Amino acid sequence: MKIIIIGAGKVGYSLAESLSKSNHDVTIIDRSPIALGKAEENLEVLCIRGSGVSTGILMEAEIGTADLLIAVTNSDEVNMVCCLTAKKLGVKQTIARIRDPEYANELSILKEELELDLIINPEQTAAEEIVNVLNFPIAVNVENFAKGRVKMVEIKATEDMEVIGKPLKDIGSKLMSSVLIGVVVRNNEVIIPNGEFIIQENDNMYVIGKPSSLYSFCMLSGKAPHKIRNVMIEGGGRISIYLANLLTEMGIKVKLIEIDKEKCVRLSELLPGALIINGDGTDEELLKSENISDIDGFIAMTGMDEENLMSALLTKRIGVKKVIAKVSRVNYISIIKSLGIDSVINPKLITTNHILRFVRGNNIESLYRIIEGQAEITELIADKESKIINTKIKRLGLPKDVIIATIVRKKEVVIPHGNDIIREGDRVIVISKNKKISNLNEIVINPAGGV
Amino acid sequence: MNFKVVLKILGILLVCEALLMLPSLGVAAYYGGGDAWAFALSFLITGLTGVPLSFIKTGKKRIYARDGFAIVALGWILLSFFGSLPFYISGAIPSFIDCFFETSSGFTTTGASILTHIEDLPRGILFWRSFTHWVGGMGVIVLTLAILPSVGAGSVQMMKAESPGPNPGKIVPKVGETAKILYGIYIIITIVEIILLKIAGLSYFDAAIHTFGTVGTGGFSNMNSSVGSYNNVPVEIIITIFTFICGANFSLHYQVLKGDLKAPLKDDEFRFYSGVVILSIILITINLYGSVFNSLWESLRHSSFQVVTIISTTGYSTTNTETWGMFSKIILFMLMFIGGCAGSTGGAIKNIRFLLLFKVMKRELLQIMHPNAVYSIRFGKRAVDEKTISEVLGFFFMYMVIFIAAVLIISFDNLDWATTITSVAATLGNVGPGFGMVGAAGNYSALSVLSKIVLSICMLIGRLEIYPILLITMPSFWRRINI
Repeated sequence: MKIIIIGAGKVGYSLAESLSKSNHDVTIIDRSPIALGKAEENLEVLCIRGSGVSTGILMEAEIGTADLLIAVTNSDEVNMVCCLTAKKLGVKQTIARIRDPEYANELSILKEELELDLIINPEQTAAEEIVNVLNFPIAVNVENFAKGRVKMVEIKATEDMEVIGKPLKDIGSKLMSSVLIGVVVRNNEVIIPNGEFIIQENDNMYVIGKPSSLYSFCMLSGKAPHKIRNVMIEGGGRISIYLANLLTEMGIKVKLIEIDKEKCVRLSELLPGALIINGDGTDEELLKSENISDIDGFIAMTGMDEENLMSALLTKRIGVKKVIAKVSRVNYISIIKSLGIDSVINPKLITTNHILRFVRGNNIESLYRIIEGQAEITELIADKESKIINTKIKRLGLPKDVIIATIVRKKEVVIPHGNDIIREGDRVIVISKNKKISNLNEIVINPAGGV
Repeated sequence: MNFKVVLKILGILLVCEALLMLPSLGVAAYYGGGDAWAFALSFLITGLTGVPLSFIKTGKKRIYARDGFAIVALGWILLSFFGSLPFYISGAIPSFIDCFFETSSGFTTTGASILTHIEDLPRGILFWRSFTHWVGGMGVIVLTLAILPSVGAGSVQMMKAESPGPNPGKIVPKVGETAKILYGIYIIITIVEIILLKIAGLSYFDAAIHTFGTVGTGGFSNMNSSVGSYNNVPVEIIITIFTFICGANFSLHYQVLKGDLKAPLKDDEFRFYSGVVILSIILITINLYGSVFNSLWESLRHSSFQVVTIISTTGYSTTNTETWGMFSKIILFMLMFIGGCAGSTGGAIKNIRFLLLFKVMKRELLQIMHPNAVYSIRFGKRAVDEKTISEVLGFFFMYMVIFIAAVLIISFDNLDWATTITSVAATLGNVGPGFGMVGAAGNYSALSVLSKIVLSICMLIGRLEIYPILLITMPSFWRRINI
């Protein structure tokens, strides 16, 4: 596919990186020679310096023959105009990042009028993601599949958990009845476990199953999920506004700390359901005076990564059960996870994943990537063309490092075994390591003998 | 420095070179000049050196800028070394230094020769000598990149280090695809020229030799008196047109082939290049008319051939330029510094750099008149960033420093002014023949061994645009931890 990306910032860069690695022809347009220079040196992409709004530049990037334009500059308006111009010049599909909360209610009109194929609002998506995690507090991360009927939770293995220290096949069938440990991350390395695999302390497990099964899995393995009733948010940025709205709708009490007095006034107008406090979130005294020790969840959402980390560590020490920090820089994530913060949210990564899911194709219902795509969890729908339907799974000859994690049929959620059969219309969740899947036929080894 | 990666790619490069010897082996076997065994032996030596290296396991290491420069610099030196094996083994050139000079002259598309009796050599050797022009013109690394499945994201570093011009770029997002397109255009131009020269009356062998010399802007001929020996006007016209085309940017050819016929006219560098060519032809024609040639047509014929062949850094000749007036000779001498366009097969400083230098000159003068004014230098419709400009200024200075240093060393030979100065200008600019002893009628055989080595290095420096070769001479370039 020929893809043009406007804006070589963090999102643009990581998109270009993933897309060019999966063999798309990527052209990046940006006004800054510094941002472009980095892309040019490290990636197999074509860089054009200039404004993406300019018709001349778009023509130079051969917009007429391009399949997709992704506008991810830091200005919503520029993104919209780029997509509009590009569509008139003949690009097939457009994706725009629109993040200002003021546009949030107009998104559907904008989408229709500007003929956008996808609108990405990283802040809103990030807020939704945080809500997911808060709903399942012992998880580091929660991802929904099959419209929420199947969840995948990332859980850190601690010493008091029953799953540790014995091969997976020996763990009682009561515990593992209807969930699957699909992926384990140990020391930043992705492992797809088999029956002999032994989970160790500090491994991150990705467990897939129905929400109720996951809940009982946690109960039985000695980690009762407690419900979160009140949270404190530090920083009054865009994500915080979306998040506070979502949380108050769910009946969770929200306390929001913001250092800027004027911003506080505006926030209190915008968020009538939340308690706005003017002060510094890294100030221990202030946190204590606001009864931080009785708070169920703390979410650090300021614009500074360092500040978020500091206050997250501080509140974790004070004893808050669930601490979430926003971190914008992608390269820190693996280090931060070792610090003891429960969950890390990266809006850029969320945006990238969303766009990649769109690019991968219409067959894909959801896509979740672990550690820069080392492993991928893909949700696909089996249709008539799928070669794998109506065959017992053990006869499919799945390659190593590809497993069928879950089959979702009208009313049932199946963790499949060798004798299960995939039928037409099933939603199939596939876990694969170092292999990108955009079609169910790709998961089986090519019978013709190719790679 | 990732030594393993560097060695592996150098190995692949040598395997490529070994494969490139096969056509010459075929030609040698076909004409039976007794040189086929020399190619077979060279093929084996080069291949057996390259194959083990190419199997080095490197893991997932990628290529960074420093590795790219090391690969290009060492790669070209190795290519010239192994490329001289056929000359040495067959005994066509007895001295190894001469062999190395001839091969680096071939690969760098210089066309400077130490051979005195070219016509006596076996045809396989002559074919190899010219074939190195063809390969070196577009670049061996580019060829490797075109053939190999992507070496990875870092491959752009190697392409940048090998391709001429201040900002060599890709024309499509992938390096491998870009290399394929460039070679595709190159092959099309080559085939068209061979056919045209055949129609104009040359044998297939002569047509191929002169085509390789033309499209690579090299200048090796299989005749002692170069193109002049045919005294065939259509041949001269064909060669003039093709050298002119190959001295222009290949990404323009790509745009033309894609249907944008006006692309060259919109390009500032191409207009500058054409302007310099036309102006030089007019000035030299006026200078020659009446003094050297009696007819205007003869003056135009020889001046246009000579101007184009020098500015594109090819170096063919149709007549002895020694007899021309000083004014004409100085113009030709200046053209040796200008050279082709960025992204062409030509050498020397390149038109785009001169164009930018003139614009900087104008800006400096304007700046004195309006000290607080802010001027940006524009190329086409876009402003050129200051980094590129300072790189161009730096490049020009380095070019001159190397020119002067080399002239100083050549002066040990105690030759005349013209020979000493133009031999360096012609090798550093990859032109080939200069004036005096190394002029169109002479060659480089009389120079001392030291001078031949220095000039060989000059050719490599000129072809790779200075930086790679200078970098590998710096000790800190090789240190693992260099602070």
